[in-house]
Amino acid sequence: MTDTHDISPGTIGRRKAAALPEQPPQLWKNVKPKKAYDAIIVGGGGHGLSTAYYLAKNHGITNIAVLEKGWLAGGNTARNTTIIRSNYLWDESAGIYEHSLKLWETLEQDLGYEMFFSQRGVLTLAHSVSDVRSKRRNLYANALNGIDGEWLTPEEVKKLVPIINISPDVRYPVHGATYQPRGGIAKHDWVAWGYAKAASDLGVDIIQGCEVNGFDIRNNKVHGVHTSMGNIAAGKIGLVVAGHSSILANLAGFDIPIQSRPLQALVSPLLEQVLNTVVMSGAVHVYVSQAHKGELVMGAGTDAFNSYAQRGGFHVIEHQLAAAIELFPIFSRAQVLRTWGGIVDIAPDASPIIGVTPVENLFINTGWGTGGFKATPGSGWVMAHTMATGTPHELNRPFALDRFVTGHLIDEHGAAGVAH
Amino acid sequence: MLYIPCPHCGPRNETEFHYGAEAGVAYPDPNALSDTEWAKYLHIRANPKGWLAERWVHFAGCGRWFNLWRNTITHEIGPAYLPFTEQPKAPTNGKQEGAKS
Repeated sequence: MTDTHDISPGTIGRRKAAALPEQPPQLWKNVKPKKAYDAIIVGGGGHGLSTAYYLAKNHGITNIAVLEKGWLAGGNTARNTTIIRSNYLWDESAGIYEHSLKLWETLEQDLGYEMFFSQRGVLTLAHSVSDVRSKRRNLYANALNGIDGEWLTPEEVKKLVPIINISPDVRYPVHGATYQPRGGIAKHDWVAWGYAKAASDLGVDIIQGCEVNGFDIRNNKVHGVHTSMGNIAAGKIGLVVAGHSSILANLAGFDIPIQSRPLQALVSPLLEQVLNTVVMSGAVHVYVSQAHKGELVMGAGTDAFNSYAQRGGFHVIEHQLAAAIELFPIFSRAQVLRTWGGIVDIAPDASPIIGVTPVENLFINTGWGTGGFKATPGSGWVMAHTMATGTPHELNRPFALDRFVTGHLIDEHGAAGVAH
Repeated sequence: MLYIPCPHCGPRNETEFHYGAEAGVAYPDPNALSDTEWAKYLHIRANPKGWLAERWVHFAGCGRWFNLWRNTITHEIGPAYLPFTEQPKAPTNGKQEGAKS
């Protein structure tokens, strides 16, 4: 590769894009499904691929297939804003997200694949007195869990992000912020490809265009799946299909407390680097970072209603842009290049569901809501443990499906705000 | 943006409404239920791919709750109806997957 390798789309780029490493001609082997596997992962997004990888690497189970209805990482893995952080309020969340962040920190070396993991820090703004209190409480909780974080005054925020507006004369003035320096972003599709390559190298079959449309369940025990490519037997099956998990759970004969909603995001054209950290604001309702090629990547909350349409209303986009422009007046001259939507599966307590199901040998991993990308490595790690051993890892034990019966909910609505 | 037919005020923009998820979930007698049944009442709501009967409140208009058939794949709007009245049949066009509402 050369330093002048320019991948920017013609005249849109105002500068030459930073060089990207060249890809090998083939990252993973495309194969036809075998008749039977030790384990099948339904869903070839980041979480499904990382589950397959850790099953092979940590547990020595390599006779595995990943079945993907569409194409690899074509769902939420390709539709998020790639924010990575671990500064969650509750111990259970801190445990799993911090484990994930630690895995991110060595993931490129572990997989032997670059994915532009950049620990540029995540800034979470506070806009009111109660916001300041709850965010400082969050910082103390993080400190108790060994998670990095510090409080920044408005002036310190301005020093870190010179383009931000800290004037007191706006609707939602910046009263301060929490800052997690180890947070950051990564190049989302490369994360999926890195896991797919590493899993494929370990012998995992990756099968695209293979839709699961039923289960072979006898005596409340799963023995295989019915797919658009025929029946495939498997000793263990993991459903890692956020966006469609209630549909598949219903096919397997049980209900899960999930509602599926559109979550939209957008990018600007490629711009000079003006923002070197991730900025989130629950109160004004936007989160933004600048990707390595130079596009501003923004997102906000979900659309209000249940949907499987992978699109939402434009008023939601307008709302988040209004918030972004108040915080960053310089953005008023940028244009929206593209918007898109993904379908996120949300549990009543805004926390994931990872573990066993009412059907023996059938496992589920869902409910990551608007914030699953950051958990890609940790989610796969604990899901692989759960599938390999039949019992949850200590980090996902609290995230069991039965918490909705016991009442041990992990309410992250408050800590995460809406921006997750 | 959805264009939602409020049975009282007529069709209005989605931004005048709040969402209330699955319609027609009756309040049970808590003392008659096991923990599992109570959890189901509290947390499980229909999430089908296709037609869903759901609740909306027209907060910026009449302020009243009503029910609406809406398609979660196409966002097509079906009939609206008032709570505690007979539910119109679900429209039959299009695919339907997942538990019915």
